Amino acid sequence: MYDSLTNRRNFIKKMAMLSAITAAASMFPGIVFASEQEKGIPDNANLDWKKGPCRFCGVGCGILVGTENGKAVAVKGDPNSSVNKGLLCVKGYHQIMCIQSKDRLKTALVKKNGNYVETPLNEALDLVASKMKESIAQNGKDSVAMYTSGQSTIPEGYIASKFMKGAIGTNNLDCNARLCMASAVTGFLTSFGADEPMGCYEDIDHADYFVTWGNNMAEMHPVLFSRMLEQKAKRGAKIIDFATRTTRSSTASDKSILFEPQTDLAVANAICYEIIQNGWVNKSFVEKHCSFSKGLTHIGYGLEDNFQFTDKPEKIDFEAYKEFLKDYSPEKVAKYSKVSVKDIKYLAAIYGDPNKKVVSYWCMGMNQHTRGTWINNLVYNIHLLTGKISQPGNGPFSLTGQPSACGTAREVGTFTHKLPHGVVMNKKDREMAAKIWKVPVERIPSKPTYHATEMFRAVDRGDINFIWVQATNPLVSLPKTSRYRPAMEKKSCFVVVSDVFPTPTTDVADVILPAAWHIEKGGLYGNSERRTQYWQKMVESPGEATPDTWMFIEVARRMGFEDLFPYSKENHVEEIYNEYRQFHEGAKHGMAPLEVLEKESGAIWPYVNGKSTQWRYNAKYDPACSNGEDFHFYGKPDGKAVIWQRPFEDAPEKPDQEYPFWLNTGRVVEHWHTGSMTRRIPVLHQAMPNAYAEFHPDDAKSLGIRNGENIKITSRRGSCTLPASINERGLPTKGQVFVPFFDENMLINDVTLDSFCPISKEPDYKKCAVKVERA
Amino acid sequence: MNENSEFSHSYNQHSMPIKSYLAHPIAGRKDELLAALKGFDQCEVLPAENQNILALVTDTLNDKEDEILKEKIEALSSLKLLALVSGFNTPQ
Repeated sequence: MYDSLTNRRNFIKKMAMLSAITAAASMFPGIVFASEQEKGIPDNANLDWKKGPCRFCGVGCGILVGTENGKAVAVKGDPNSSVNKGLLCVKGYHQIMCIQSKDRLKTALVKKNGNYVETPLNEALDLVASKMKESIAQNGKDSVAMYTSGQSTIPEGYIASKFMKGAIGTNNLDCNARLCMASAVTGFLTSFGADEPMGCYEDIDHADYFVTWGNNMAEMHPVLFSRMLEQKAKRGAKIIDFATRTTRSSTASDKSILFEPQTDLAVANAICYEIIQNGWVNKSFVEKHCSFSKGLTHIGYGLEDNFQFTDKPEKIDFEAYKEFLKDYSPEKVAKYSKVSVKDIKYLAAIYGDPNKKVVSYWCMGMNQHTRGTWINNLVYNIHLLTGKISQPGNGPFSLTGQPSACGTAREVGTFTHKLPHGVVMNKKDREMAAKIWKVPVERIPSKPTYHATEMFRAVDRGDINFIWVQATNPLVSLPKTSRYRPAMEKKSCFVVVSDVFPTPTTDVADVILPAAWHIEKGGLYGNSERRTQYWQKMVESPGEATPDTWMFIEVARRMGFEDLFPYSKENHVEEIYNEYRQFHEGAKHGMAPLEVLEKESGAIWPYVNGKSTQWRYNAKYDPACSNGEDFHFYGKPDGKAVIWQRPFEDAPEKPDQEYPFWLNTGRVVEHWHTGSMTRRIPVLHQAMPNAYAEFHPDDAKSLGIRNGENIKITSRRGSCTLPASINERGLPTKGQVFVPFFDENMLINDVTLDSFCPISKEPDYKKCAVKVERA
Repeated sequence: MNENSEFSHSYNQHSMPIKSYLAHPIAGRKDELLAALKGFDQCEVLPAENQNILALVTDTLNDKEDEILKEKIEALSSLKLLALVSGFNTPQ
């Protein structure tokens, strides 16, 4: 990367200045250094600035990457992007620094006699194709699987789906978005019949209140949080943090309300109880646009292999719903939620005030929940009862964690049950896929197979004999890795991993394929606000590193599917996107054409008549509304959104005498997910070199634990030793331990529980029981 | 983690530090602080346009020089607070 020491020092100085600017931006929202950044670039630098989306997180900030002599040398926020308006977080500014890491995967590695041997890529791809064919011939189509990512580009996800479902004919395709977003999907589908938020980030400019549900936005979505802080300073907008742990978000908010883990279900119902009791229901909205339903209760936790569950929705009326809520008066709920009656009423009054606009934000706290679908439904209930939805500044908004969890995992559909349009269970959706893919419709199976957790259980049982893991690191990110690491090491399964860097997952691979990093290939991502963003290749990959899409295509062709994958190496991204767009034609999900995405910093679907749709289901903004009313929830056959009767139910594992603490896991601002990229960025690694275990000071005192002292955290599944952190970054409630999961040397997921929401199949990383002792 | 990975031990070298700071001036003395910091050869400074704060990068030859420079900056009467943001070392 560096021609000389002077160049390297200049580069590092630029990065150091960017660090300071980023730190300032987090302290002073709206702070302006942008013109100074431009001035800081030497006149003779001759940088070519190319636009694209950020590689980290689901916010989808626009970035400009400065390249010089074919190398990426600088990053700045795209001032033309309406998402971030020129701002970036500390990860965004430093992202390109990881691609020069010395241990970058540049060649294919094939395990031979226990050692990895550098192998020409073509030879490695031959081996992958032959192993896949061999497994299918010996054990059937469902013996092969692919596990992809919310970091996969839209073309990567699309080709993975076409390859597995259309060419091979198996639904053994799932992705890591199952671990972070699946409850949001099932929440949207059950309440509205269509996935993804109805609003957009512009809601921030209009809302009077932001209520964050179990969501540390200051660290996880810092650019959006800085936009909220700007509105707080400018217009007096208020931020209410509702969480199980005091974080940077809590301290920057107007009010922090803490609750006992899992009882968000009860508090949400109590808010609805109060809204009804106080006459704050928007009656005309509810009568015209909502119906009421209930589902099964005591639905289990998915702890057993081959767990099955299907909900049985049943229509109810408003009176039955009102009767159900009697168990959730603030007085009753306060007793077990540890939220005071006053605070429950305070939250209800915010939502109930017809003159205040309210946006609810959430991410992993609500989604990684054994009742994740339910809690998503319950927050929608609050917005539906008050009619605060699908309008500027009013709405529920599920944030995503990965750059294309929406665009790829949810829209292309890299889940076992999904197709690019609709689901495998639906005959018409299979027919549409078969027609566009040019395959016999009978080849696409109608039954979903393995969701993420069950896929790795199947590997453990020996039911899957070949798995291809792409752009993700499940042996750090899965729950209960203490089971799934040995499973992936078994000889019964041939493991292929394509990635940019070595990880604990590549460590168990039989073949490691070197992948191109995002600016080394063209692609498209879709962010949390339904914005599709396109970028073109900016720099060359090192060695034989190759775009994942192209490696999928090469293997598919080697398996005899040449006719289904006729794309050219030079233009495959564009050719694939144009093929994919056919699935979403129409007013409800039309995607912007490439020529628009080339010019603009993304476009929000539905993209209709040359225009993004910012607020869905609102006839004023959404051309798909056709019922002649102000709102039309057209995802449901009757055009109505569903208010769900969902009870509070306990977590599967609670603290007890033997394991007296809750364990909560999560992220930190410096690192992105399993740290495989951000830990290779020196400034980020130095800022947060290792994981830690946060304790409440009272717990630390009673256990005799000092700050920095090594502590062993043990559950019924495994243990992990980390330094204690007392009153530093975050402050858990008494009886709770918090550990970030980015550190592969301190694998907290050896300790977590692989329970999941029976509807979404998304695991709960936020609640299990542990004991702690000095190591 | 792969033991050959660069990032895990890239901070063990002791030479040529580059550090970045946020410099908070005393109210009304931002321009004075800016001028003083620009007076040091080892400093690059960017003032925020709309906030009372400056982003500062120091580039020194060794730890001793870094320490001396920091003492000089902290002695400036227009400086209220100097907050370290990041630090890098590069080989000589």
